[in-house]
Amino acid sequence: METVTLTIKNQPSLYLEADNISPDAFAGKSAENIAALHAYEGNTQTTLGDHFEISGKGGATATETRIIVNGDVSKVKYIGMKMTGGEIVVNGNPDMYVGAWMQGGKITVKGNVDAFAGTGMKGGEIVIDGDAGNYLGAAYRGDWRGMQGGKITVKGNAGSDIGTFMNGGEIVIGGDVDVHVATHAEGGKIVVKGNAKSRVGGQMVEGEIIVFGDIEVMMPGFIYRKDVDLEVDGISARFALYEGDIGERHRKRKGEVIYGKLYQKY
Amino acid sequence: MTKTVTDVVCPFCGTLCDDLEVVVSDDGKQLLEVYNACAIGAEKFLHSQAEDRLTRPRLQQEDGSWKDVTYDEAIEYTAQMLASSTKPLMYGWSSTNCEAQGVGSEIGEITGAVMDNTATVCHGTSLIAVQDIGIPHCTLGEVKNRADRVVFWGCNPAHAHPRHMSRYSIFPRGFFTGKGHKGRKVIVIDPRKTDTANVADVHLQIEQGRDYELLDALRVAFKGLPLPDVVAGIPKEQIYEAAEVLKSGRFVIIFFGMGVTQSLGKNHNIDEAIAVTRDLNEYTKAAIMPMRGHYNVTGSGAVWGWQFGFPFAVDLSRGFARYNPGETTSNDLLRRGEVDSVFVLGSDPGAHFPFSSVKKISELPSVCIDPHQTPTTAVCKLHVPVAFVGVEIGGCAYRMDNVPIETRKVVEAPEGMMTDEEFLEKVLVRIKEIKGE
Amino acid sequence: MAEYIIKNGFVFDPVLGINGDKTDVAIKDGKFVETTQLANPKTIDATGMTVMAGAVDIHAHVAGPKVNTGRNFRPEDKLFNCTPRRGVERMQGGFSVPTTFKTGYDYARMGYTTVMEAAMPPLYARHTHEEIRDTPIIDQAAFPVFGNNWFVLEYLKNNEIENTASYIAWLLRATKGYAVKVVNPGGTEAWGWGLNCENIHDPVPFFDITPAQIVKGLIEANEYLGLPHSMHVHANNLGNPGNYTTTLDTFKLSEGIKPRGGWGRDQVMHHTHVQFHSYGGDNWGNFESKSPEIMDYVNSHDNITIDIGQVTLDETTTMTADGPFEHHLTELNHLKWANTDVELETGSGVVPYVYSPTIKVCAIQWAIGLELGLLAKDPMRVFITTDHPNAGPFIRYPRVIKWLMSQQSREEMLNGFKHSEKVIDATHLMGIDRELSLYEIAQMTRAGTAKALGLGHMYGSLKPGLEADVAVYDFNPEQEHAPDDIEKAFGNARHLFKTGMQIINEGEIVSNGNKRTLWVNARVNENPQVMRDVKEKFLRYYTVTQNNYEVAGHHYVPNPYVIEVDATQ
Repeated sequence: METVTLTIKNQPSLYLEADNISPDAFAGKSAENIAALHAYEGNTQTTLGDHFEISGKGGATATETRIIVNGDVSKVKYIGMKMTGGEIVVNGNPDMYVGAWMQGGKITVKGNVDAFAGTGMKGGEIVIDGDAGNYLGAAYRGDWRGMQGGKITVKGNAGSDIGTFMNGGEIVIGGDVDVHVATHAEGGKIVVKGNAKSRVGGQMVEGEIIVFGDIEVMMPGFIYRKDVDLEVDGISARFALYEGDIGERHRKRKGEVIYGKLYQKY
Repeated sequence: MTKTVTDVVCPFCGTLCDDLEVVVSDDGKQLLEVYNACAIGAEKFLHSQAEDRLTRPRLQQEDGSWKDVTYDEAIEYTAQMLASSTKPLMYGWSSTNCEAQGVGSEIGEITGAVMDNTATVCHGTSLIAVQDIGIPHCTLGEVKNRADRVVFWGCNPAHAHPRHMSRYSIFPRGFFTGKGHKGRKVIVIDPRKTDTANVADVHLQIEQGRDYELLDALRVAFKGLPLPDVVAGIPKEQIYEAAEVLKSGRFVIIFFGMGVTQSLGKNHNIDEAIAVTRDLNEYTKAAIMPMRGHYNVTGSGAVWGWQFGFPFAVDLSRGFARYNPGETTSNDLLRRGEVDSVFVLGSDPGAHFPFSSVKKISELPSVCIDPHQTPTTAVCKLHVPVAFVGVEIGGCAYRMDNVPIETRKVVEAPEGMMTDEEFLEKVLVRIKEIKGE
Repeated sequence: MAEYIIKNGFVFDPVLGINGDKTDVAIKDGKFVETTQLANPKTIDATGMTVMAGAVDIHAHVAGPKVNTGRNFRPEDKLFNCTPRRGVERMQGGFSVPTTFKTGYDYARMGYTTVMEAAMPPLYARHTHEEIRDTPIIDQAAFPVFGNNWFVLEYLKNNEIENTASYIAWLLRATKGYAVKVVNPGGTEAWGWGLNCENIHDPVPFFDITPAQIVKGLIEANEYLGLPHSMHVHANNLGNPGNYTTTLDTFKLSEGIKPRGGWGRDQVMHHTHVQFHSYGGDNWGNFESKSPEIMDYVNSHDNITIDIGQVTLDETTTMTADGPFEHHLTELNHLKWANTDVELETGSGVVPYVYSPTIKVCAIQWAIGLELGLLAKDPMRVFITTDHPNAGPFIRYPRVIKWLMSQQSREEMLNGFKHSEKVIDATHLMGIDRELSLYEIAQMTRAGTAKALGLGHMYGSLKPGLEADVAVYDFNPEQEHAPDDIEKAFGNARHLFKTGMQIINEGEIVSNGNKRTLWVNARVNENPQVMRDVKEKFLRYYTVTQNNYEVAGHHYVPNPYVIEVDATQ
């Protein structure tokens, strides 16, 4: 495993689009080559070297490449976009689209992320020590294929619209979430250890939501079925199982209608 | 002597009434009277005749005072501002014709601008919902000729689209609707007792911000499945009853407005309302339609649709079109400091955007093209007054049901005034020169 | 205007009977001329290359309200596939529903110079024309839809052919339209109530008429006027197992009717995207190909032409004026559904669809389209389309050409399907050893389509006097080649001329051309009854006034090419 360290030296005057900060782009490259990779600020093409001090070098492949990003990156978008392997550690609060359309590898953020982290994610892992913004692990606009695999863990809170059109994979939120959880989901699993507001599982077709705390307003399309004992993330407890959204379409398996499942801890 | 121009199209709201009659002086220079229009529409025509109307561009000075400049100077200022920007925002486009919108697109392409229209604070959320779930839709004539169930959800046409109910939705007699109002059941869903609610057969006085829940409950009710006793402040019996009224119709139309597009959940409310409409098509025929505000916001989305593939919030900065509301929408861009200049045409963000966004506009290089003096022109560095589209120049506009109608010129603009399209054409030529194209 | 000579290429021109001979092609003042008429031409060296007239697409959905609905409601169709502005090219985007600019450039890159927009809702004619105007390079025309129009239903209920013809002439002028298009006759009006017409004798609710009467009456009205193109139909019951009988019943409605107007076409009915109408079986389990039955009929009846509507096995966006079909489709695949019903006239629906090679039905559909092409005895009457974007995007034409020209490429596909054996059993494609020649491809994409549209006097050949639309492909028919070389060559014209203007030079787009919009101005005798009916319908039922309905030329059709038809005799 080779390590590349990026430390921001020149802040963009607006925002920097740095989709090249990815093990796939860095693999096989020297610090000098990495510095020459493109980045964009509005209509202007710049390079990573214009904005970052770069040391180390990429590994032979993405999987063998580790990237450490230091400094105030709150105006840097697209870190780890489409990455297929390797590792990124961000020591800061990156802007939008962290790990968007990610396929493999791991991103660790030692701070908060803005919106659209893990958009259309297919695989790999994202760990966020702080809070996440809106649309975490959601589908890109119009796409019915949202998050399909991988895992996103947020230690703090998350915004609204997490896991929209989720088809697979797992999202775990340590804290609270805003409105709209797993809207239109057809699979996957979302765990909320704190409280949820409203519109949890609206238009949900299949999949699982587990809420440890309160749900301010329950969807009318969710119906209580029974109590169950579950072990979630090492915690065993009794949960109320609701099924829904019963207003939505559902397929049948062996004559039985398959619903989305919402577990709420007692 | 006077002459009367018939079949005039009203450039006020998305209802785009096209049966106005306007009386003008014999020389075609003065507009005297307007018939068939609603009060707001008539005012729009008559306002063009205001004596204190600005007819030349003006530039705000350091001390806040205004200095008249020539159109050529205004063109140069605008071209230089856009050409030197890293990421300009070109906002508005809803009160102008499609021809001007098309020229604006090319300027946006060359300068790498973000193109956004008033949908961004209005029905943009509806457009997002359509992207997620689609939309069973129809033209307003289908409503007039077939609809026997009419729903107004979070909208108040009695005030915002004054002729809508008489031309299309409640009162007209059409081919299969010979009884007019008597043959229709009208349902209004609104937390307030509006003037529209007063003509309804059923008024569901919903708890503010719980539209998504009530819509979901209707879907449950269609299937005859159990509901909680009360949803969104409405007892379940009323919900089952409303569901039955809808299912028993031959043709259901749902109109919705800003009461649902801009309240909690935004696009999801529309998404669920569309799901309700989809469901109804399993039992009968149903369609749903946004009550679009500005008379040509729909056209702006259409033009950008065929030119870029997206109806609003189009980011051209990297040389190709991208779209993601939440990022590429005007207020997000302004709030986050993502743009370095602002160009406004055919809209008034100064009146409709949050204060923080307006403050940002005032801090940036900015140009506003507008026949009126508005809160926006007050904060922009350059104000370019232009001819009124639909009054002093024609051009294509799209009604709320996407039907394109060519607006008419009924009177001459004051001597020497440019139109939106002419001004933009000149700016485009100048930008091409500056960029060496 | 510049003169050009395209020298030394292998020329394929079925109209002139040139089959791969090395012939020089001369261009002057926008037209093809004899080489002796050139004074100082610029030379295009086509040595080792294939030269054909610019191709003519007889059926695609490339402009208008439902196309734009497809664009605007599918942001994901543009994700990661947008092209920056470059040289003379504007920004481009979209895979299955490209922007207008991309549409023009992509057609040009394939050597297409004329494209028909196959379904224009009359009330939305302005929109359709605005998009056509913003589509660079290619000549275009649009077909207004008539098969569910209240005027037509009311006239044809009483078999009033002359009134129908007068109304058609009025509407073509009002909308700047080109031909009489019929989509799911009666069925889309029924969809106004959530219903459908499933066969040609299924009555239209409230209108007391059947689809058969609509189709036959519109053929007769079309020939009464003697329009350049024949009636162009998408029959009832599209997309359903067992629908081939409805298709044959529809074909038969053309029997005994002869073309009029002197436009050189032999057909009175063009049936479009026949692949979607050639299905046997009675459910998706026993779904099978009935292409032999369909092609037996087509091959033995000269007054019919068809296009194939080839499934390309892509993720695409279906869109049609067949409103009930799209609703049926969204119930099958649960993807987003847009629908627009248009007052007094028509309707439409749009649904994304993923044609997956791992799904048996999709693979069978793929085979059926190719069978139609390969079973054709007369390639002048059977045309290549993908019913863009319904069966696949038009950018796949080069791939369709490859499949039609290469048994190897077809059988690799057949053997590679997940349900290979079942697909082979349900179809007839395996073992068909016919490989279409370049001459036959030129018939199916140029000479035949131009003739069927009544445009043989302008397009489809390199004959002196015709519009100088010509493509040069980097393909040497005398050399060994792999199937993929065909696809590559036909997707990347080396040179392209449109009306004598060089559009592509050495593979680069160098001009946005001078695109024209064709429309038909049919002059008929005064018909006060029809004019009264028009006035009444606008007063009582339309929501726009009659004076605001007609598309004025200046802005919407800035560069018109009007084809005059005299039907006053």
